[in-house]
Amino acid sequence: MIDENDVRHIAELADVTVTSGELKKFTSQFNTILEYFDTLDCVEGVTNERTDRCNNFREDEVTHSLPQEELLANASEKEEGFFKAPKVM
Amino acid sequence: MTKITHFNPEDKFHAFLKTCGDTEYTTGPLNGENIAIKDNISTKGIETTCGSRILTGYIPPYDAHVITLLKKAGAAIVGKTNMDEFGMGTTTENSAFGPTLNPSNPDHVPGGSSGGSAAAVAAGIVPFALGSDTGGSIRCPASFCGITGLKPSYGRVSRYGLIAYANSLEQIGPMAKDVKSVSRLMEIITEYDPRDPTMINKPYHCRCDGELNGISVGVPEEFFGKGVDPSVASVVWNAIKWFEGEGAEIITCRMPSVEYALAAYYVTCTCEASSNLARFDGVRYGPGASLKLSWHDSFSERRTEGFGTEVKRRIMLGTFALSSGYYGKYYAKAQIARENVKNDCMRIFKDVDLIIGPTMPVVAFKLGEISDPLQMYLTDILTVPANLAGLPAISIPCGKVDGLPVGLQIIGKPFEDERVVETAYCYEQGG
Repeated sequence: MIDENDVRHIAELADVTVTSGELKKFTSQFNTILEYFDTLDCVEGVTNERTDRCNNFREDEVTHSLPQEELLANASEKEEGFFKAPKVM
Repeated sequence: MTKITHFNPEDKFHAFLKTCGDTEYTTGPLNGENIAIKDNISTKGIETTCGSRILTGYIPPYDAHVITLLKKAGAAIVGKTNMDEFGMGTTTENSAFGPTLNPSNPDHVPGGSSGGSAAAVAAGIVPFALGSDTGGSIRCPASFCGITGLKPSYGRVSRYGLIAYANSLEQIGPMAKDVKSVSRLMEIITEYDPRDPTMINKPYHCRCDGELNGISVGVPEEFFGKGVDPSVASVVWNAIKWFEGEGAEIITCRMPSVEYALAAYYVTCTCEASSNLARFDGVRYGPGASLKLSWHDSFSERRTEGFGTEVKRRIMLGTFALSSGYYGKYYAKAQIARENVKNDCMRIFKDVDLIIGPTMPVVAFKLGEISDPLQMYLTDILTVPANLAGLPAISIPCGKVDGLPVGLQIIGKPFEDERVVETAYCYEQGG
């Protein structure tokens, strides 16, 4: 069982905020869904390590790319050809 | 030579999020045929929102590979269709821009998540549409709206330019009123693209000549188990009997892994979604970051405003399942269950050419009928196995229950999309 504090913590990890109404609803829904996910507890076996695949490298060649101004066109905050983001620290 | 078509339909089922008015097209095999595109497929210069507020106003600077191919083939890209936000839903009610209605009966949902594409075709507004299918999102609305929709084999169609929800499961695929039209689109959209490293270079060609050629068909008991409406089951059995009458060998079989398939699917897709949707931070596209706030506060504020309830729910479920201490219990187990589904299918395919059953366990629900998320997830039980195992699967109409269409699902061996389409064509012509 998870409680409202757990759901609040998950929301923080996922960088979304939940309203108090959503918190109550999500807590009950998550418990129902996670209980259903518990059917996976009965699954037997181990994940097969794939040995039939290997990295498939390509040559590092310069190819056509989009112009800087087109790539920046959807950003609302930009400066000197860069995206402008909120401060991290 | 470039020509222009004018497209401004009456859209009484709200199939479209955007229609393009005057649309240019060139000469080619599709020569000016109108095609509607699900709104999670990038279209250069045409707003692409994934049915989400967070992408309102986003104009892709490039075309998805399938769009480049369609334009080259002379198709007219006439509009973007409604969908459950980011593909997360079974009814198209999770669109931030309101639901699409089912043209068979507007009190009912069209299915989802490619509900707009299915409704646009079913209402006769366009002859062709593209959808995407992560856990049934092409086949479910095809079934509910009474049209044909194919989820190609994983790796058969480039995902370049498809806005990602769950990469290991999803494929772009064709939707149309008849099987030949679906096949025509497949010939165009399967051209190789090195930009999708999971794509296999295997050009598609199907004769659609109506020869069943003594096929054998597996019918898993689990596809007619708990939760499957007996009236739907009976319509689908009639279709299976038609195949038998045409000389196909019908073999009932077991697919025990179905019991875990839905949980495996939802753990996998929510985990992938929690990672994929982390890119929606408002910095490079979307509503714009708040530079006065710290990174996490700005990020959180934009996502809270921009995402709908189901998207938040799935991001959070995925975040939880991948969090420290739970990975082994959920994600790792889901991958074993996924492997079991694949092994079950391959075991069945030793004896049969195709697996057949219902696409959906029920006909289209009424709008607003299901509000409990788990109850909604459970209706995907028959479509998710093909995604988990990467198999080609088509839904074609096979009858009606209470005036609402029922879909027949035909699942094939990996990369045998042609055989699936050929068999669907035979049924469409004779069934």
